[in-house]
Amino acid sequence: MTAIAAATVASTLAACGGGDDGSSSSAEGGGENEASDIGVTEDSIKLGAHYPLTGVAAPGYSEIPTGVQAYFDCLNKEGGVYGRDIEFIFKDDAYNPSQTSQVTNELVLEEEIFAMMSGLGTPTHSAVVDFLNDEGVPDLFVSSGSLLWGENPEEYPMSFGWQTDYLSEGKIIGEYIANEFPDAKVGLFLQDDDFGQDGEEGIRQYLDDQIVAAERYVPGNTNVGPQIAALQAAGADFVVGFNVPSYTALSQLTALQLGYDPQWFYSNVGSDPNLVGGLLNRFSEGKVSDAALLDGALTTGYLPTVDMTDNPWIQEFSRIWDECGGEGELSNYRVYGMSQAYTMTQALQAAGQNPTREGLVEAVEAVGAEWEGPVFAPFRYSEDSHLGTSGMTIERIVGNGSEEVQPVRTTDIGDAPIEEFDKEPATPPANGIPDEEAYEG
Amino acid sequence: MSDLQSPTSAAAGKATDDAPTTSTAGANAPSAPTGTGRSFLPQSTLPRHLVVLVLSAVLAVVLLEVSSPYQNSQIATLSYYAIAAGGLTVLTGMNGQISLGHGALMAAGAYTTALFLDADEPLPLPVILLAAIVVATVVGALVGVAAARLHGPYLAGATLALAVGLPGLAIYFHDIFGGEQGMRVRAPQAPDAFESFVQTVSGNNASSTKWLAYVGVICLLITYFFLANLVRSRIGRTWRAVRDQEVAAELAGINLGAWRVLAFVVSAAAAGLAGGVLAIVVRLAAPSGFTLVLSLALLTAIVIGGLGSLLGALLGSALLVFLPPFVTNLGSDFGLNGTEAAQLAPFVYGVVLIVAMIFAPAGFVGTIRLRRMTAKARRGSAAQAKAAGANGG
Amino acid sequence: MDYFVNVTITGLTQGIIYSAFALALVLIWRSTRIVNFAQGSMAAATTFIALALIQAGQSYWVALVVALVSGFVLGALVERVIIRPVEGGPELNAVIVTLGLFVAIQALIAIIFGSSFQSFPTPFGVRGFQVGGSTIPLTPTSLYVIGSVLITMALLVALFRFTRVGLAMRASAFSQEVARLLGVKVGGMLTLGWGLAAVVGSLSGLLIAGGGFVYPAYMDSLIVFGFVAAIIGGLDSPVGAIVGGLILGLALSYVNGYVERGSALVSVAALVILIVVLLVRPGGLFSSTTARRA
Repeated sequence: MTAIAAATVASTLAACGGGDDGSSSSAEGGGENEASDIGVTEDSIKLGAHYPLTGVAAPGYSEIPTGVQAYFDCLNKEGGVYGRDIEFIFKDDAYNPSQTSQVTNELVLEEEIFAMMSGLGTPTHSAVVDFLNDEGVPDLFVSSGSLLWGENPEEYPMSFGWQTDYLSEGKIIGEYIANEFPDAKVGLFLQDDDFGQDGEEGIRQYLDDQIVAAERYVPGNTNVGPQIAALQAAGADFVVGFNVPSYTALSQLTALQLGYDPQWFYSNVGSDPNLVGGLLNRFSEGKVSDAALLDGALTTGYLPTVDMTDNPWIQEFSRIWDECGGEGELSNYRVYGMSQAYTMTQALQAAGQNPTREGLVEAVEAVGAEWEGPVFAPFRYSEDSHLGTSGMTIERIVGNGSEEVQPVRTTDIGDAPIEEFDKEPATPPANGIPDEEAYEG
Repeated sequence: MSDLQSPTSAAAGKATDDAPTTSTAGANAPSAPTGTGRSFLPQSTLPRHLVVLVLSAVLAVVLLEVSSPYQNSQIATLSYYAIAAGGLTVLTGMNGQISLGHGALMAAGAYTTALFLDADEPLPLPVILLAAIVVATVVGALVGVAAARLHGPYLAGATLALAVGLPGLAIYFHDIFGGEQGMRVRAPQAPDAFESFVQTVSGNNASSTKWLAYVGVICLLITYFFLANLVRSRIGRTWRAVRDQEVAAELAGINLGAWRVLAFVVSAAAAGLAGGVLAIVVRLAAPSGFTLVLSLALLTAIVIGGLGSLLGALLGSALLVFLPPFVTNLGSDFGLNGTEAAQLAPFVYGVVLIVAMIFAPAGFVGTIRLRRMTAKARRGSAAQAKAAGANGG
Repeated sequence: MDYFVNVTITGLTQGIIYSAFALALVLIWRSTRIVNFAQGSMAAATTFIALALIQAGQSYWVALVVALVSGFVLGALVERVIIRPVEGGPELNAVIVTLGLFVAIQALIAIIFGSSFQSFPTPFGVRGFQVGGSTIPLTPTSLYVIGSVLITMALLVALFRFTRVGLAMRASAFSQEVARLLGVKVGGMLTLGWGLAAVVGSLSGLLIAGGGFVYPAYMDSLIVFGFVAAIIGGLDSPVGAIVGGLILGLALSYVNGYVERGSALVSVAALVILIVVLLVRPGGLFSSTTARRA
């Protein structure tokens, strides 16, 4: 604390002389930039994150930080937020909670980040949510739909979700199946942690009597033969999977070996057809080709996908990726990362010219629910809930893209009903950079 | 003196089953008080160790207050590795049993700690850590009894299966142990006395990270004091007898099996305490924290440091904790990206292991001791030759 | 009944791969009395070399041959350069050296080939055969796996029993001094032994990779279970390696298939089987030497 006070005094004294305002992208120009908190200097803000860059969850998810980085690079070119560059530091945790704990330690204590954003994974992030909250580090927009970072703001005041939570997703999926496939015998293929548990709870609210089997896998053990065989033995002709992408590929492959062909429904985080198709492609020297196995599978969506070339957000993100991105094509995971970075920019703008950690959190709670962005439905941020977006569509996978079979419906955790949602989708602002006013708490 | 080194490399041949007697530090550490009164430390064991303990405590406080919060967390990590390594070096160095499964014993201690700390009104920390020790000791006794009949690679294989199998139980009983996600551990709060202590000593802030580092270091000092006394005692001598000359020991009335189990139990207790400290420092007890890599890392640490030597265990653990970030940073400076730089660390560590075993098989401490003894012997024989020459005229 | 057949077939297919890996470990143990913990990452390295060739357009079979040859070279090189200096010393040092190799090779693979999951093709189909209306988990690929391992074992038996080289290798393993007196180049035989063991290891790595994912650490579970299989059978006995592998594969498959949430118990089951076997016969099932005292 003494270091911060010293830094603040020093920079205020230094800034007294000069007249630097923030530049073009901030709302008001008055006032000077100060080093208002840990990780904030006059011209930069340091954000940190952890992702599985290696290991069983890396396929797909390791691309998310490249999207975030590309968005921030373009943002910095346009002047950043209040004239500050966003410095984004992300570390690998290999989807291993013990390693998450270690890299988070490094980010908070050694790198001294201002806030964490987009920490990925339910089992991984749950290992560090206590630490982040105890240390008073804002933990924004966790890349996971677990209820842990949104349901109880009193316990975890610094943590905020971002995507539709798994419980709500399960409810929407359950309602859809109950309506459209009332005679189906449903099996569940779940990751053995809160991710799978929350999804199961949501589905059972609508489908309990149709479920004939629920099988769990542990990420790390890549042999899912027993689970798929058990689903087959129970007679399930419709399987819902709450799993990470490599297990989508594994379940498809195993089902092929067993000659098992149910209707598949994969939750959003595991269903990218490009990625899964790519993984499956090479298995028998091309005999199993791109996404052919996944064709006809159902999934959910809360963001536009790269095959929607008419969507203005996708066009904007494509431009950003071309200008500021690295190797490779724009993928749905990069769109996810950019969308998170978009929301983070909104949050930093709302936090004001000289943001503090407390101020950032207050701002998100107060005005976050009003923000518009690429997500289909609004966030639910308030004093009572830190949960993210509330709505999803249902899509059918066709080739490398998808077609909508049910428009956006919104719901909430607990017994909240599922409702239609008819607001028009937002259009992206100029340059893809939002312009939020500072929240005066 | 040449036979103290490992056999010359020209002869191809098999590795022997013999216990590592010659080229280990443990063999060279005397259990009786040192002969010449050169050192300023007291002669007999207990006061000597007490002085070392006090000095180390002072040094530790200085180190903790001078270093940054991140370095404090590194010291906390070092402490739990070193505690487990200390127990393991006693088992392998003094008693000759190779265990690849101490990670599982740490897991037993960690999960016990996590369970106790999960209660609404948790018991005081020392009591909880004691419980962790007890549970790990019981598991260690069971394993030790099963292992007492096994030798060499069979013991290694059994302990390897233990290392991989025990975390599986945590996944199976996922209601109690939290499954793959593990159990979150709320770090215990520092007592008020701690804050005033830190303020008076250095004026720093008493953060929870610093408190955890102190907890780790205190446990480390206590463990090493206890182990050092054990090593120099009659118990230590009996262990070495069992290791070196089984037949003679049995003829002398020593029950081999019982003493082997005792060694295993002592090392398990240390591992249990290390696991408890790990749970508190990492704030998590999960199967992913106790992979095979952990057990292998402990084994490599004690051999590089010097088998049978507590200082060696500490040095080996320090290498384990401080080398990877050093190498990773070096890699980033050389332009490798994040993931590649992260892989550079295990590569360098593996190379260090290979090179160390080929060129300095007695480990760090062992090689230094050998050099000192060789130098002393050379001086001794030179003096003798001179005396003989002078006498002979 | 169907389910039982499925589980059994899965167990046998898995078990035969454990047997192959265990066989590689036994070969090295018999010749140099060292447990080669690096066997798995050496095999992974050759698999990645094969994958690189396949991705560059070569056929699977060319890649297979190259992988086996490079496995031989790698094994021989490792023995000559790295293992030779520690062979006569305490066994713990040799263990540490192989552990160091294990770690270093795995990291090197990650640096050179990347850490991401990649698909490894198989030259045969992955759809299970149709038998009487239902599908069994026996695919053309699993037939290929079983066949390759059996052929390799037959070749090794032929080598050891019926050729002079095989005789020389067995002599060097049994008694070095006597073999030297008879003019056998013991050093060369040891190098040859490591090379052959590495070939068997490479084969098992390729077989387990086909039709699945590879990443630098993909052999880790095979290392553990292969080692356990070798110990169950007795480190001195090649027959024991095969039997141990099959027993382990079948037992683990039954646990996976019949116990509720059995997949979490697989490693515990391996531990229990190992302890039970070692309690009854501390040298493994087929051990021939009784315990020796100092």
